[in-house]
Amino acid sequence: MTDFDITSAERDGMGPHGTKVGLLRVLGPAHVWALGVGIVLVGEYMGWNFAVGKGGAYAALMACWFAGILYTCVAMIDSEVTSTVAAAGGQYTQAKHIVGPLMAFNVGLYLVFAYTMLEAANAITAGYLISVVATMTGYTGELDQRPFIILVIMFLAWLNYRGVLATLTFNLVITAIAFCAIIVLFLSTSGILGGGIMQHAALFEGHELPYGWIGVLAAMHFGLWYYLGIEGTTQAAEEVRSPARALPFGTLAGIMTLLIAATLTWYVCSGVLPWEFLGDGVNGSVAPLFDTARLSGSNALIWFLGFGTLFATLASANGCINDASRAWFAMGRDKYLPAWFGAVHPKYRTPYRSIIFLVPIALIFALGAPLDQVITFSILSGLLEYTFMPLNIILFRRKWPMGSIKRGYEHPFHPLPAIVLLTICAITFFAVFLGYGTQLVAMIGFYIVVSLWFHFWRYRFVDRGAQFTMPWPKPQGY
Amino acid sequence: MSHYVPPKQSKLSQLLDVIVLVTLTVGALFVPLWLNMAGSSKSVAAPVASPTWEALGQNAVQAAQYEALGYTPETAHDLILSRFDYSFTAGALIVMIVVIVAYYFLMLKFSESEYREVISEKFGDN
Repeated sequence: MTDFDITSAERDGMGPHGTKVGLLRVLGPAHVWALGVGIVLVGEYMGWNFAVGKGGAYAALMACWFAGILYTCVAMIDSEVTSTVAAAGGQYTQAKHIVGPLMAFNVGLYLVFAYTMLEAANAITAGYLISVVATMTGYTGELDQRPFIILVIMFLAWLNYRGVLATLTFNLVITAIAFCAIIVLFLSTSGILGGGIMQHAALFEGHELPYGWIGVLAAMHFGLWYYLGIEGTTQAAEEVRSPARALPFGTLAGIMTLLIAATLTWYVCSGVLPWEFLGDGVNGSVAPLFDTARLSGSNALIWFLGFGTLFATLASANGCINDASRAWFAMGRDKYLPAWFGAVHPKYRTPYRSIIFLVPIALIFALGAPLDQVITFSILSGLLEYTFMPLNIILFRRKWPMGSIKRGYEHPFHPLPAIVLLTICAITFFAVFLGYGTQLVAMIGFYIVVSLWFHFWRYRFVDRGAQFTMPWPKPQGY
Repeated sequence: MSHYVPPKQSKLSQLLDVIVLVTLTVGALFVPLWLNMAGSSKSVAAPVASPTWEALGQNAVQAAQYEALGYTPETAHDLILSRFDYSFTAGALIVMIVVIVAYYFLMLKFSESEYREVISEKFGDN
C-alpha cells in the first residue's frame, strides 16, 4: 500500500509539475461548501422552473427528487475519487489518471463549458433582475440589460484574478444570505410564522400532470438544474488546506443543503404561482422565488428575495469563473491546451490567464443566446460528465482495489451508486432528446470532432509519462 | 518503451489551436439556433377567440393569482395554452442512442490506447 499524504506541502500547487509558483492552499471546508452551494443555489432562484413547464408541478417535484438521487450518487463517487486525486482540474485530473488522456480532455471541456454557460446564464439573470428593480423603483423605459451583464462578468473575473481566498469568502457570505432568504420565505408563507398563502390543491386542480407521464420524464431535463455544479467543489482540491477532510465534508454538506433548498423552493413556488406562469422561465417567471415574494404582499420579503436572487446569481457566476478557470488552467498545464494557459500569477497565485481568456467566451454566450439554450448547453455538458463518473469509479476500483492506495474517503454500497447514476443519466438523455434533440446531437457531434482533433493533432504535444503524477502503484491489468 | 519527447509548439500554432476550439464551441451552440433547428418551442394548438379565465381552464384561485401578477385573460392566453410537442420518431431516437454510444465507445477506445502509453512510460513495460 502506498502511504501518500495528500495534504503534504510538497504537493502545493504546481510543485508536482516542476514549477516554483503554485496555487495557494488557504481554503477550509466552509469555502468548499460555499463553492459548491454557491454555484448551485442559483438553480433554486431561476431555471429549475423550466421543469414545471415541461411536465407540470408534480413532475417537477419528482424530477427534483430523482435528480437529488443522481447528485447524491455524484457527490458520493466524487468524494471518494477527489479525496484521493487531489489536484486542480477535479474530474479532469481524475480522468487523466484513471481512464486516459482523451477522456480527460473531454471531461475538461465538459467542466469548462458547463461552468461558462452557467456563468452566462447567471449574468443574464442578474441583468434581468436589475431591470425589474429599475421598474419597481419608478423607471418607465426599457432598461438595456447588456451593460449590467458585462459588468457582472468583468467584476467577478477581477475578483477571481485577485485571489481565491477573498473570492470564496465573498461566496460564503452571499451564499449564506441567499440560503437564509429561502428559509425565511418558506417560514413566512407556509403558515409556520403568521398566515400562510399556500394553495397547492386549488392551483393544481385540473393540471396535475398536464402532459401525462411523459411530462415527468421530460421534466428530468431541467430537474438537473436544481443541483447542477455541486461537483465543482473538486476544483478547489489544490487550494484547500486539507483535501482529504475538507472535500468530502464540504461536498456532502453541500448536497444536503441543496436537497433541503430544492424541496422548499418547489413547495413555496408551486403553492403560490400558477404552473403555466411558473413553468415559463422566459415569458413567465424568470425568478420564481422573487415572484413568490411579490405575491406575498410583504415588501420586506420582496427586497430580501430580490437580494437573495442577486446574491445567488453573483455567487454562482463567481464560483463558475473559479471552476472553469481551474479546469482550463489544468489542461494548459498538461499541454492538452496551449501551455500559455498553465501560468499562475506570481503575486495573487491564481490562474490569471485562464480567468481572463474565459471572460469574452462567457460574454459571447450571455449576450448572444437565449437563457433556455444557454442552460441546456450547460446541462448537456454536465450530463456528459455525470455519465463519465460511473465509468470512472468502476475503473478506479478495478485498477486500484480497496487497500492498494490510501483513499481520503470510501463511498459505501459500490457499485450501486454507479449503476443508479448511469440509469438516471440514461433517462435524462431521453428527457433532453424530447425537447432539445438537435442540440444534443450537435453537442455530441462537437465533442466527437474535438476528440478527433485532440487524438490526431493536439496529443502530440503532450508528454506521456508526465500525465501520471499520483504516487500510486501500477494499475492492475497493465 | 523509449521516452516520448513532444515537439515544441510555436506561438502561432498555439494561437491557431485556440481559434479552432473557440470556433467549434461557438458553432455548436449557435449553428442550431441560426438554422432554426433548436428545440423547445411551444405552440398554441387551439386558440380561444374571446378568452375568459373559464375558457382558459382556470378556476377562481388560479385566475386570482394571474390577476395578482398583472395578467388579463387576453395577455395570459398564449402563456396558458402553449404546449410542447413531445412526439418523436423511432428513427430519431435510434440516431440519438447510436450517437451517444458511438461517442463513448470512441472515447474509451482512444483513451485506452493513450493510457497504455502513459502507464508504459511511467512504470515501464514490466
